[in-house]
Amino acid sequence: MLELVTTRDNPMIDPTMHVWGWEIPVYLFLGGWVAGSMVLAGWFMRQGRRPGDGCVCYVLPWVSLLLISLGMGALFLDLEHRLYVWRMYLTLQPASPMSWGGWILLLVYPVLALSALVSIPGDWLERWPAVKRLAARLGEATASRTLGHANIVTGVALGIYTGILLSSLGARPLWASAALGPLFLVSGLSTGAAFAHVISRKPGDQATLLRADNVFLAVELLLIGLFLIGLSTASAVHANAAALLLGGPYTAVFWVFVVGLGIVLPLAIQTLMASHRIPHTLVAPVLVMAGGLALRFVIVSAGQYSHWISP
Amino acid sequence: MARFGMVIDTRQCVGCMDCVVACKVENDVPDGFCRDWINQRLEGTMPDLRLTITSERCNHCDRPPCVSCCPTGASHVHEPGKVVLVDHGKCIGCKACLASCPYGARFIHPEGYADKCTFCIHRVEKGELPACVAVCPTHAMHFGDLDDPGSGLNRLLASRRHFVLKPDAGTQPRIFYLE
Repeated sequence: MLELVTTRDNPMIDPTMHVWGWEIPVYLFLGGWVAGSMVLAGWFMRQGRRPGDGCVCYVLPWVSLLLISLGMGALFLDLEHRLYVWRMYLTLQPASPMSWGGWILLLVYPVLALSALVSIPGDWLERWPAVKRLAARLGEATASRTLGHANIVTGVALGIYTGILLSSLGARPLWASAALGPLFLVSGLSTGAAFAHVISRKPGDQATLLRADNVFLAVELLLIGLFLIGLSTASAVHANAAALLLGGPYTAVFWVFVVGLGIVLPLAIQTLMASHRIPHTLVAPVLVMAGGLALRFVIVSAGQYSHWISP
Repeated sequence: MARFGMVIDTRQCVGCMDCVVACKVENDVPDGFCRDWINQRLEGTMPDLRLTITSERCNHCDRPPCVSCCPTGASHVHEPGKVVLVDHGKCIGCKACLASCPYGARFIHPEGYADKCTFCIHRVEKGELPACVAVCPTHAMHFGDLDDPGSGLNRLLASRRHFVLKPDAGTQPRIFYLE
């Protein structure tokens, strides 16, 4: 018999820890989506795509500006001491991925804003000659490639930090995995590719994005496998955490919504689309995006539920 | 430099909760929250039962994950004493420290900042004992400097078997329980 009686009953901590609600998974999803969009837009920009080409890479920065603002809004809502948020920007804490994240988000905005500026027609900027000159310079081939590089570097940093942020909180055994950073990055890339595929109007780009998304989804499956194997073969604490997804309370939602409907089914549909056996459809990209959101909800919720089992 | 810690004798602790009440009064802990608490762990099979009572709080770890994850430096190690504290004016209430603590020792104060045991540093710096230690009616709780080889804490630890909570979490807690 083992009976534990405690007098502690602190909100958010007891009976099981639940400090983060919907805001954090939504932020992680939107952040990942923006990260994926930035990497893809940067890749197209590096190829020398011009604003007049109708390439999706000059639409993505506008959408990303909106998405990252919504994500930061969710993040702000999650804070409990909101009026002190400016404290984030008076320091850089090298051991805190959340601190890096604050600064990365500050870099994301100018990179996205400059990328968006390129796509504004010159006629619209007549009133602001300095901005017009800047937009024209950024539209030149060399500057455009540099902007592409900046998008890729910032996007990768944004995508990977969200996973590292969770894995640095060692008290939650489910998050104690180095695979989380790459997993969230690749999930963001697949979300970004799915969205870009939907809004792209150029058949050649659509085909490229479709093939890229299939690769991202396959890598995501591989990383989920490594994540679960790594935890299951580590200490009893970590194996118990993995068991939440392998027979425990989060099993059904994880395997049905994240793996089944979010990765395997769209991968199968998109493989048929890529080989021209079925026409392009919205179903698969929408499933990929919903799967990305479900992944964040499951990992954040199950991670908080996982804990150290020793007394 | 001092490194404050605590030794709690589980044979002398009767779970009276004086330490909990003293902390609430001393630190004006709001209703519905607590910085320290009592756990009772009953193990075995009738009639061979073993009851362990532990008075628990922030362990002021030597490797505090709550300090390393804090994005603003609000969670910090206070000198002297290496006590883990929260600067309320720097805390943004992101709750990363709550998620990183394997002991569930922190909570969000109704005013929005992360709160927890301070080892009553305001008393200790005046030469007094933490409130929980001062009121313990069975003298089960001992407070002092773990870096002082001659301190009462080190003598107790040298003479009795002891344990810490969740040693496998790797945080190197500084509250020791005598068996």
